[in-house]
Amino acid sequence: MGGTFFKNFSFFSATLSFFLLIGIFSILFSYAQDALHEFGFDFLFNEVWEADEDDEGGIFGGFIPIIGTLLSTLIAMIIATPLAMGIAIFLTEIASSKIAKPVSIAIELLAAIPSIIYGMWGLFYFAPIVQEYIGGNGVGLLTAGIVLAIMILPFMAAISRDAMQTTPAVLKESAYAMGATKFEVIKDVIMPYAKGGIIGSVILALGRALGETMAVAFLIGSVMSIPSSITDPSTSIPVLLANNFAEAQDLEMSAMYYLALILFIVSLVIISIAKFYFLRTKVK
Amino acid sequence: MSKKDLVMEVKDFSFTYAGVDKPSLNKINLPIEKNKITAMIGPSGCGKSTLLRAMNRIHDLYTGNRYEGEINLYKEDDSIQNILKLKKENDFIQLRQEVGMIFPKPTPFPMSIFDNVAYGLKLSGLKDKAEIEHRVETALKGASIWNETKDRLKKSALGLSGGQQQRICIARAVALKPRVLLFDEPTSALDPISTGAIEELISELKKELSIVIVTHNMQQASRLSDSTAFMYLGDLIEYDKTDTIFLNPSEKLTEDYITGRFG
Ligand SMILES: Nc1ncnc2c1ncn2[C@@H]1O[C@H](COP(=O)(O)OP(=O)(O)O)[C@@H](O)[C@H]1O
Ligand SMILES: [Mg+2]
Repeated sequence: MGGTFFKNFSFFSATLSFFLLIGIFSILFSYAQDALHEFGFDFLFNEVWEADEDDEGGIFGGFIPIIGTLLSTLIAMIIATPLAMGIAIFLTEIASSKIAKPVSIAIELLAAIPSIIYGMWGLFYFAPIVQEYIGGNGVGLLTAGIVLAIMILPFMAAISRDAMQTTPAVLKESAYAMGATKFEVIKDVIMPYAKGGIIGSVILALGRALGETMAVAFLIGSVMSIPSSITDPSTSIPVLLANNFAEAQDLEMSAMYYLALILFIVSLVIISIAKFYFLRTKVK
Repeated sequence: MSKKDLVMEVKDFSFTYAGVDKPSLNKINLPIEKNKITAMIGPSGCGKSTLLRAMNRIHDLYTGNRYEGEINLYKEDDSIQNILKLKKENDFIQLRQEVGMIFPKPTPFPMSIFDNVAYGLKLSGLKDKAEIEHRVETALKGASIWNETKDRLKKSALGLSGGQQQRICIARAVALKPRVLLFDEPTSALDPISTGAIEELISELKKELSIVIVTHNMQQASRLSDSTAFMYLGDLIEYDKTDTIFLNPSEKLTEDYITGRFG
């Protein structure tokens, strides 16, 4: 009897998560209807975001927050990916265990810091540095991208390291036994062996960067303008949603659901791809 | 037996693993004859792999091991090199190209069959495509796996059976034309038929190079080898012609082991 109950319960939980997914999608989709009808796919390329005087209608286009999201994420990925690989390689193959242990722990702790703290730190510490050495007025795409990179770095490095550490010692030994250098072993044995996990970690980090709200809200500048250089301020989808949600009405609200729907679909696709890579490595 | 017939010689070699007090090998002396098969037998944990892995300095991938004595490599130009004195990465690479190693489990790299066999050649700086193709083919033929693989050279080596994978690993090592090949229980993960194929291959290979094989299978040692070393608890108890070791050993301990009284 207990067995049946447990079976039913786990079946219930499993289906629940599936229905949640469908439920969230349908709500986003139905609330976005007005904007979908009004703007169609032009929404993606329209850079105007203006409510009418009476607050009932207006013209809303997602171009700026979409571009802002993509650019800040792109900057973050360009900075974080090579650094994370470097850290993971250092921890698995180069550092002695005396060094690797504390560094690993530090990285796992960094991954656990809430993003708002990264945002505050970025605003007060990092923004002035960017302003002084690179230009702009501190907040902007570049600052947001750099701090995003710092946020996703530990996570990416930790997962890539785990993947690299699954390379069997005998496989590495056989490469060394053929006269391979450390660099060649990393390039020809460890990287191909851990490829699935590495790609998965990059994609998961990408998903996290795309959806990050708090840290970016502090740093991107939150202005509705097309950036003409990477130090310019702009906005991103999650930031725009968080900032405007309280006051928006009717069509503007619907347009925001449209943006949320876009983010939802993109994140879902990204997570699915990442899962695909992780699953493939496990099967192998 | 004069020095001229030797390719390597272990002299008073002792070895202690990092973090361990007791040595795993005590003052081992063992000659390795040219173009002969030398077998190392003994119960599990007696130090066979430890000794073998000292002969290509693979131990040095891990820090903190302590050792003393000499392991001499008699070079083609008749000079003598104590490989325990090597320090530079380049010297290790050269040593490992001269003294190859085959592991207990097949270890194909995650790449195609062709790239597996060509790997060492490319590492050694060979660029000429035709030459690489020729040497890969020769090595695969030498490892008697050419017929099974010639139509699928571009396919992943991971798709082969265990026995085929082990022969790829042997081909991969042979392609570098080493002077010595070290085998650490090369058939321990294989079925009897694959084991037979590998044994036949090893006997063939001694025409071209010198072989040291660790095995816990006494029949394998007696079938294959010219000389046999019996080890026990980190000591080399007896070394002699294989026939002598198996038919007329001088040590009581060897006899007890051969006759299956322990092990
Ligand atoms: N990495 C290691 N660290 C510490 N001790 C080891 C290590 N590898 C092997 N040993 C010990 O060294 C001894 C010899 O091991 P090994 O050479 O592997 O034996 P065999 O190959 O003859 O079975 C054993 O007592 C084993 O426990
Ligand atoms: Mg062993």
